[in-house]
Amino acid sequence: MSSNRKRLPVGGRIRREVPVNFTFDGRKLIGYRGDTLASALLANGVTLVGRSFKYHRPRGIFSAGPEEPNALVTLGSAGRREPNLPAATLELADGMVVESQNRWPSLAFDVQSVNGLLAPLLSAGFYYKTFMGPTRRAWMFYEHFIRKAAGLGRAGTGPDPDRYEVRHAFADVAIVGGGPAGLSAARAAAAVGARVALIEQDFLLGGQLLAEPSDSAAAGWLRQAEAELEGFETVALMKRTTAFGSYDGNVLGLVKQRDPTDPKPNGEARQTVTMLRARSIVFATGAIERPIVFSNNDRPGVMLASAARTYLNRFAVLPGKKIIVATTNDGAWRTAFDYAAAGAEVTVADLRAVPPAALAAEAARLGVVVRAATRIVDLHGGHAVRQVTLNGPEGQSSAACDLVCVSGGWSPTVHLTSHLGSKPTYRDDIDGFVPGSFPAGRFGAGAMMGTYATADAIDDGHRAGSEAAASCGKSAPVPAPSKLDLDETATSSLREIPSVGRGKAFVDFQMDVTTGDIELAHREGYESVEHLKRYTTLGMGTDQGKTSNFAALAAMAALRKATIPETGATTFRPPYTPVAIGALAGRAIGHHFKPIRRTPMHDWHMANGAKMLEVGLWMRPYFYRQSGRNVNEAYVAEMRTVRQAAGLMDISTLGKIDVQGPDAAIFLDRVYANGFAKLAIGRARYGVMLRDDGIVFDDGTTTRLAENRFFMTTSTAKAADVLSRLEFLLDTAWPDLRVAVTSVSDEWAAMSVAGPNSRAILNAAFPALDVSEEALSHMGLLESEWEGRALRILRLSYSGERAYEVYVGATAGEQLWSRLLEAGRPFDLKPYGVEALGALRVEKGHVAGPEIDGRTTLDDLGLGRMAGKRSGFVGDVLRRRPALRAPNRQRLVGLECIEEGKRLRGGAILFLPDEKPHGHGRGRVTSVTFSPERGHYVGLALLAGDVAAEGSELVAIYPMKAETVRARVVSPVFIDPQGERLHG
Amino acid sequence: MLRIECPCCGPRDHDEFRYGGDASVTRPAHDDPDPEAWYRYVYIRTNPAGQHREFWQHVTGCRQWMVVERDTRNHAIASVDFARKSTVRKQRA
Repeated sequence: MSSNRKRLPVGGRIRREVPVNFTFDGRKLIGYRGDTLASALLANGVTLVGRSFKYHRPRGIFSAGPEEPNALVTLGSAGRREPNLPAATLELADGMVVESQNRWPSLAFDVQSVNGLLAPLLSAGFYYKTFMGPTRRAWMFYEHFIRKAAGLGRAGTGPDPDRYEVRHAFADVAIVGGGPAGLSAARAAAAVGARVALIEQDFLLGGQLLAEPSDSAAAGWLRQAEAELEGFETVALMKRTTAFGSYDGNVLGLVKQRDPTDPKPNGEARQTVTMLRARSIVFATGAIERPIVFSNNDRPGVMLASAARTYLNRFAVLPGKKIIVATTNDGAWRTAFDYAAAGAEVTVADLRAVPPAALAAEAARLGVVVRAATRIVDLHGGHAVRQVTLNGPEGQSSAACDLVCVSGGWSPTVHLTSHLGSKPTYRDDIDGFVPGSFPAGRFGAGAMMGTYATADAIDDGHRAGSEAAASCGKSAPVPAPSKLDLDETATSSLREIPSVGRGKAFVDFQMDVTTGDIELAHREGYESVEHLKRYTTLGMGTDQGKTSNFAALAAMAALRKATIPETGATTFRPPYTPVAIGALAGRAIGHHFKPIRRTPMHDWHMANGAKMLEVGLWMRPYFYRQSGRNVNEAYVAEMRTVRQAAGLMDISTLGKIDVQGPDAAIFLDRVYANGFAKLAIGRARYGVMLRDDGIVFDDGTTTRLAENRFFMTTSTAKAADVLSRLEFLLDTAWPDLRVAVTSVSDEWAAMSVAGPNSRAILNAAFPALDVSEEALSHMGLLESEWEGRALRILRLSYSGERAYEVYVGATAGEQLWSRLLEAGRPFDLKPYGVEALGALRVEKGHVAGPEIDGRTTLDDLGLGRMAGKRSGFVGDVLRRRPALRAPNRQRLVGLECIEEGKRLRGGAILFLPDEKPHGHGRGRVTSVTFSPERGHYVGLALLAGDVAAEGSELVAIYPMKAETVRARVVSPVFIDPQGERLHG
Repeated sequence: MLRIECPCCGPRDHDEFRYGGDASVTRPAHDDPDPEAWYRYVYIRTNPAGQHREFWQHVTGCRQWMVVERDTRNHAIASVDFARKSTVRKQRA
């Protein structure tokens, strides 16, 4: 096909009979099944793929794997848009829509490439020096523009229509990496009966073997290994799956991409995160080739030598015909030979004075020009390389070229093994870092351990696979794996020292960090690698500096005249490669983000105009639309109904705990600050619990059902915490007490009938029951049955009106609710929501969550008399601490608004009228409501105890709305201070 | 990614548990009036790098409180036992 002008007619692992259409920046291009986006772009002669982060320099494809720092693209459109994807990891699929990033108006002509001219201003630390400190305000102004100019791709803003999954999986032996070591490890473990998960990020197994010619011995070995593994039922070959994190308990975080070439994915999630728990893990993650640092080393057409070989042998792409291979080691010579064999004109510039004779001989045979002790010092070309400047024994010379292959040696991929805090250690013989140590159940094999030769890696994998299987109790003799010798020589490499001409020499391509930035950091004292990283942003890109890390360490070591181990290594953290938030969230989005709890009367509320409110996990009626057009109108109307007639409220969300046992009374006496031992059977009592530190924990009522049985209610918010705390005390503090506690929250539906007409309504609803004052006085209990279900009526009031809490078996909840409404119709009974409930309690001066905020004591809340002279209850000793009894502690007071037409707001800060409002003030407003009885806003507040007596004036300031309002300190009980409405 | 071997329910993910703090501190008797003892119990922690005895409750399982011995450096769990058992043992001693 004519558009594939760089494609060879034969070879590779692509299927020429399956052409694949895709677009790049709107241009229609064609690749083949088996291509990656990167290989297809190269085959089409596309060299310019992106613009760099800071300087907007033209960049091309640099690698053939997830280490890619340059060729980051945006895939898809609308809600499916996914930015910052390395082109080298994207499997080409029909209809793919790809855009380049960080350029405007177009990739070839980018306005902000003038940033390159401003480069002297944009060095490391520039932003901080310029915009922080005295000019901090300037940063606030400029940040928006700077962030816009320096950036990556944009994510889609619409909802993503695709589905993502999170799942859990298990294996005996997990193997990370499907190269020669990993394949060999998988075979060894599977052969002794271990359940094996082989994890490979590529869509093909083979790792570096895929860079070998597709008709070579390596290809044969790979075919055999793959066939052998497919023969095991206990082996899961997890392709397109990246291990992004390694966690405690031998857990690996994996993310799998759906096969993009599958025309019918049958509902498979686009990405699936798997938390894989393995009994042992073999890390066979390979190694990443290092670049070489010279001026303009970031231009399109500069590529890692191993990547160039992969594009040639795996994808049958010949990206250049006149190539320079710049190397410090033997490995890159194989790239030179393969390119020469494919017809390219090749020059090898080896930094070493005497390259191995065997390589020199092969070079001579293939017509490869060899220049020893030679390095590249500069490179020319804009959107594609044109020429390099070489410096060697014969002096400086220029060489024309269209591809530069670089190899500064190899760095073992130790990211995953570092995730648990094990620092990599430096090995002099390979001039690289290997894993420091492995905890039990973890093993390493192959190149990631510094074992580079393929034959050795296969043996090492076999050993690691056997050991990993043995560590989960599976061992037996296994025949050795088939041999594969690729004639790799491994004479020692030479540490490359960056050579810099006039142009910038890049160390971290993605973050645009140059040798100059590292020198600056050194000059300014940021010598530690961790400081270097933060000062220059080195390694902080989405590639986490996979290619740059070692070069930066080496540069800093040279500047400090220190060794690499003295300079140290940075810390790698998960994820190894970026993971989409959507994949991590899986299905826990929208409605499924958290569970929803509905009361037994939920459907009735929905059918009868309730506006619902999320309260923790619960859905509760906020207000009923029949009461008013909006919440402010409705809650006041609902309050009036309760005060003047009667209201019905769904209180099923209260925590309900059944407390039983011979020592139940003693137990409650200890957990409540007020006494319960003498509570009569059939009576309820309001109780307050403290924490061990003397702060109020929760409040509620507890009713004595029988000598040894109590029914406790807790606040909705603290229901789970209270139960857990009671269990804690019984298990860890007082195991001698014979008490059992059980949650019965979901067993009972609960509703409150409150208001002057409440008794008449109960009479009408339960004609057979005696609910008279004599039979059921305030704080009394009536137990009965209704329609064959258990029924409990407690005469309790939260609103300050005569009120009853009616409990019935949960499944009869809606039925009883409807029955009460029907019976209450002649008495003007109407349902009310949580806003009115909260307002009614504020008017009555009852404390709730806003006041019981984890900082207040009994005394602060005006409840000190409840504990009286008691002792021996939880929190008693520490509540007596002097600091908790200081006279200037904030205490509960009532506030009333004394300015016509103004209102109080929860959260307002309180100041004395004559002081300058500054800081945290003298206290704050905790809860407010409009009081229909008082005709103005009232509120509860926590106010320093020594500043204002009842009757004095304060100023309440609400900075969010720039409101200031005058208020008077009053008793927190705004209605019926004598409690006359509760009785009789 | 802790997994706790619940003595009642078997090995379970730590998502099923609630953490309950340091189990090596001694709770004073409920009627102990000594503020110093309560202060130590509530506030003083050794925060070791290494073996740590701590309370966990199997909230979505058997609801029992456990004493778990965990290495704070690597989360390796050395032992799990019912808190009730170890409390009784401690109180007898």
